[in-house]
Amino acid sequence: MPRRVDRNACLSCGGCAGVCPSLAIRLEYGYRLVVDPERCTDCGLCTVFCPAGAIREA
Amino acid sequence: MQDRYDVVVVGAGPGGSSTARSAAEHGAEVLLLEKRSEIGAPKRCGEGLSVRALAELGIEAHPRWCVNEIWGAKIVAPNGKSLEVRYPEQVGWVIERKMFDKHLAVMAARAGAEVRTRCEVVDVLRRDGGVRGVVVESGGERFEVEADVVVAADGVESKVARWAGINALHRLEDVDSAYQYEMVVELDNSDMLELYFGNSVAPRGYVWVFPKGRDVANVGIGIGGNVAKDTAKAYLDRWISSNPRYRRGSVVEVNAGAVPVGAPLERLVGNGIMLVGDAAHQVNAIHGGGVFEATFAGRIAGRVAAEAVERGDTSEAFLSRYAEEWRSLRGEALNRIYRLRRAIERLSDDDLNFLADVLEAEDVVAFANGERLGKLAKILMRKPHLIMAAKELM
Ligand SMILES: Cc1cc2nc3c(=O)[nH]c(=O)nc-3n(C[C@H](O)[C@H](O)[C@H](O)COP(=O)(O)OP(=O)(O)OC[C@H]3O[C@@H](n4cnc5c(N)ncnc54)[C@H](O)[C@@H]3O)c2cc1C
Ligand code: SF4
Ligand code: SF4
Repeated sequence: MPRRVDRNACLSCGGCAGVCPSLAIRLEYGYRLVVDPERCTDCGLCTVFCPAGAIREA
Repeated sequence: MQDRYDVVVVGAGPGGSSTARSAAEHGAEVLLLEKRSEIGAPKRCGEGLSVRALAELGIEAHPRWCVNEIWGAKIVAPNGKSLEVRYPEQVGWVIERKMFDKHLAVMAARAGAEVRTRCEVVDVLRRDGGVRGVVVESGGERFEVEADVVVAADGVESKVARWAGINALHRLEDVDSAYQYEMVVELDNSDMLELYFGNSVAPRGYVWVFPKGRDVANVGIGIGGNVAKDTAKAYLDRWISSNPRYRRGSVVEVNAGAVPVGAPLERLVGNGIMLVGDAAHQVNAIHGGGVFEATFAGRIAGRVAAEAVERGDTSEAFLSRYAEEWRSLRGEALNRIYRLRRAIERLSDDDLNFLADVLEAEDVVAFANGERLGKLAKILMRKPHLIMAAKELM
């Protein structure tokens, strides 16, 4: 299962994309976060990192 | 936009704009691509920059981006004891990153680089063991742009380098989770940076108050996400609600961020590719300052990229000239500062209180710049349980 993003809490910092070992996160045009379900291995690092608590288990 | 350039720089932060400007000034045909619609916004920064750094970079201290003078610092230990230093002259600026970053991009354009916003690089074009261009998405279209050299200045996301096969992943333990409010708040000192330490306040980090004017400040926090029990936002909100003055403050902007606090990458180049700034983990691991580091590295990278194009040799071997020059000027200092971060991370609140008793604020400021570390090591050696921390510094 990929991660779920709470778009109201996400502030588009890009940090989750930087710690994602699977290159599964794209911050489209710098604002809109998208997790690629094909690539995500559900390791959870993005969730531990997120300063805003915006990315969680689906 | 053409379908081929000498140099394509990805990301118009300070690192990318500085690289693009320098490459253009040295004669290369340069394209600078930024995926956001506004360069520098939203900011991901406390906006502190030293007077020395600005001078070293040769950037004018224009009032549009240099918005507040800093003359000293106040450092508060977990037990509330505070160390203060006020220098006889101005030592820093709080800048307006949105203006500053845009100015650097304007300078790149004036030097001859073509600058494009809302152009997102979504992949690289590969060649044997390297890169020969990028894949761009813009306005719903996808196209290829060829380049002799691609510069990965894409900040903490560091994806361009990873697409090219260079391991630029940020390890969770080497990146701080940050949250920040720009607040309108009553300040005691609008010309002092304030830093609050303590493992319950900010595990493996601190709360900062960087004044942008008489009654406006960036109030932020950086913590180690992997060692903290809660989100950076939750820690910062707790700190603010326990301070009546800040609790009453208004919020005019909110930011989140990722601060690389690891060692700079060993590998800064490949065939046809160079890494600059946060993407290369070129930051001060103690205070998280990366504006100077990215801009400084970019100047060297841009020049070497232009030289490589002119020689017709954009191999990893030639581009390594950038890595070597950068390492001799900044690499050693940043590695030393990284070791200091590793040492400090071992300290409990009691240890931090002990340091606040024996140190002066000037020492702390010097440590953050990688200076006087011998002195710190000696002090740590006085406590048997801190010998391991002291060894990190030797
Ligand atoms: C909360 C916080 C506080 C900080 N405080 C300070 C401070 O007080 N002083 C200081 O000096 N430093 C500070 N820093 C660090 C500083 O902000 C960074 O080190 C600096 O911005 C690095 O510059 P850069 O050019 O490498 O990357 P960035 O400034 O991050 O620029 C990278 C650019 O690349 C773009 N990009 C990314 N991917 C793509 C793509 N695929 N295609 C096109 N464009 C792309 C991004 O949108 C971005 O604009 C702080 C950082 C944080 C998070
Ligand atoms: S780390 Fe959190 S706030 Fe930052 S981009 Fe990812 S989901 Fe958004
Ligand atoms: S769970 Fe792991 S693989 Fe999936 S998006 Fe988050 S960091 Fe990437």
